[in-house]
Amino acid sequence: MKKQRSTFMFSMLCFGLAFLYIPMVLLIVYSFNHSKIVPIWGGFSFRWYKVLFESPEVWQALLLSLKIAVVNATFATLMGTLAGLALVRFGRFRGRTLFSGMISAPLVMPEVITGLSLLLLFITLSQFIGWPSERGFTTITIAHITFSMAYVAVIIQSRLTGMDESLEEAAQDLGAKPLRVLTDITLPILAPGMLAGWLLAFTLSLDDLVIASFVTGPGSNTLPILIYSRIRLGLRPDINALATIIIVTVAIGVILAGYIMWRQEKQRQRDQQMAAADKLDFDTETTA
Amino acid sequence: MSEASQISNSLVKNLSYKLQSSWKTLVVGIPYIWLFIFFLVPFFIVLKISFAESLIASPPFSSLFQWAEDGALQIRVLFDNFAYLWEDELYITTYINSVKVAFISTLICLIIGYPMAYAIVRSSPTKKNILLMLIILPFWTSFLLRVYAWMGLLADQGTINNLLIWLGIIDQPIRMLYTQFAVYLGIVYSYLPFMILPLYANMEKLDITLHEAAADLGAKPITTFLTVTLPMTMPGIIAGSLLVFIPATGEYVIPDLLGGGNSLMIGKVLYNEFNNNHDWPVASAVAIALLIVLVAPMMLYQHIQSKESES
Repeated sequence: MKKQRSTFMFSMLCFGLAFLYIPMVLLIVYSFNHSKIVPIWGGFSFRWYKVLFESPEVWQALLLSLKIAVVNATFATLMGTLAGLALVRFGRFRGRTLFSGMISAPLVMPEVITGLSLLLLFITLSQFIGWPSERGFTTITIAHITFSMAYVAVIIQSRLTGMDESLEEAAQDLGAKPLRVLTDITLPILAPGMLAGWLLAFTLSLDDLVIASFVTGPGSNTLPILIYSRIRLGLRPDINALATIIIVTVAIGVILAGYIMWRQEKQRQRDQQMAAADKLDFDTETTA
Repeated sequence: MSEASQISNSLVKNLSYKLQSSWKTLVVGIPYIWLFIFFLVPFFIVLKISFAESLIASPPFSSLFQWAEDGALQIRVLFDNFAYLWEDELYITTYINSVKVAFISTLICLIIGYPMAYAIVRSSPTKKNILLMLIILPFWTSFLLRVYAWMGLLADQGTINNLLIWLGIIDQPIRMLYTQFAVYLGIVYSYLPFMILPLYANMEKLDITLHEAAADLGAKPITTFLTVTLPMTMPGIIAGSLLVFIPATGEYVIPDLLGGGNSLMIGKVLYNEFNNNHDWPVASAVAIALLIVLVAPMMLYQHIQSKESES
């Protein structure tokens, strides 16, 4: 009976993973298709990669997207970390409910509403104070920071709740100034969370289509906006080539990051074991 | 201790206290002000415009505040846009359809995702890491490109039709792209990881031996599932379902790319109302009405999250 159940679970898992991965594998296979019509196989070729690399619009869009993603990730990590610190460590402060509501609302807000409301804000601002005079890099970056920092704050919050507060208290009791506690204790512990937050904010920004297409202006096409404008009209082999490059890059990045994290975890466990063994040695020596 | 040193001591203490509290103000203040300007204020602008009148002007809506002839400030609030949404059957149908599509997709995600999460929890630690990575990987790759992948599969000349014709099962391609079916498929495909991850996180914390005990005590598998496993995994089910349902209701990209012209989803209507018809007041009213539909599930999600972070 039990065997039967786990067979069912296991086959569901295989089915689910196949469902997730087969479309992506086919997308990659067809990028090497020589034929102009995507799903009809016309022999292996790098033809569409060549087309892709010779297209200046793609390069421009990629460059703009990367610039936005880097600036966004950096600012979102800084502000998200501050917000996470405030929510976990400051107890009750004035306006806390509003603050925690505002920080988590972007996580579940439909993208069309976020995009529309930010565009209306930018238009209103430019009428009253003349800024932003044009929409593009700055407005997209501001919009991305606003929703990315919410994700960073969640990561930092969970990292901080899992962390032992007594470490900071001990440092304080030993006479360390608050700033010193922050730089020597809190930040090193937060660093992996901040790195994860930065990477997440970076990919969220690279991936966003809806919000960016609301707040962008003429001539500022991010990569998703460019891809979208092309695939709306149907299948395009050069987009398959672009998709392959993106998917392979992301996959290598994620696997590498996962491997490094796994090794660090192993190292940490080993250190703990060593420390425990040392303590045991010390205890037996002192009793002897 | 002399009086002077006592005073200077308390001064130093006072100063360091002030420094610390101003440091705290800065930590809270920067993200606070940012969110106030770029999240809260925009929301009120949308609310304001949703009560305005549509005009052919720049900006294309009337002002709520007007100076009457006798110099008094008048506030003109129009419920016309909401009345328009209410009276036009198209909008009502679209709202109902969006909720229906999101709800059914959430259910399908749950049916596929639940056994998957369960199987991952039950596997060995090394396998678990690899499987989790496989679930998370699509989440990091481009959402748009994953939807595009389905266009290639579902098209009339697409992979699935070609395969079925080659196998001799059909001789005419079945229309799958630009149908309601494709929208469901796209939503389930894109949001499945959002269902699996909260379920996994919830099950990982559970004591799996409990239902083994129930089984040992002679409970039938179905009884064990209904009385032990299901109630215990309820928080994960609710969190995962909300994470699928809320964004799916306002989804724009999937109905546009896979559903084609005849798919009625509210996110798409909002986008078109704003970008194609340039009717800002109606677009804003659509946005506010969408928020009203989603406010209950969104608050439920916040409630669960805050309870989760407390425990």
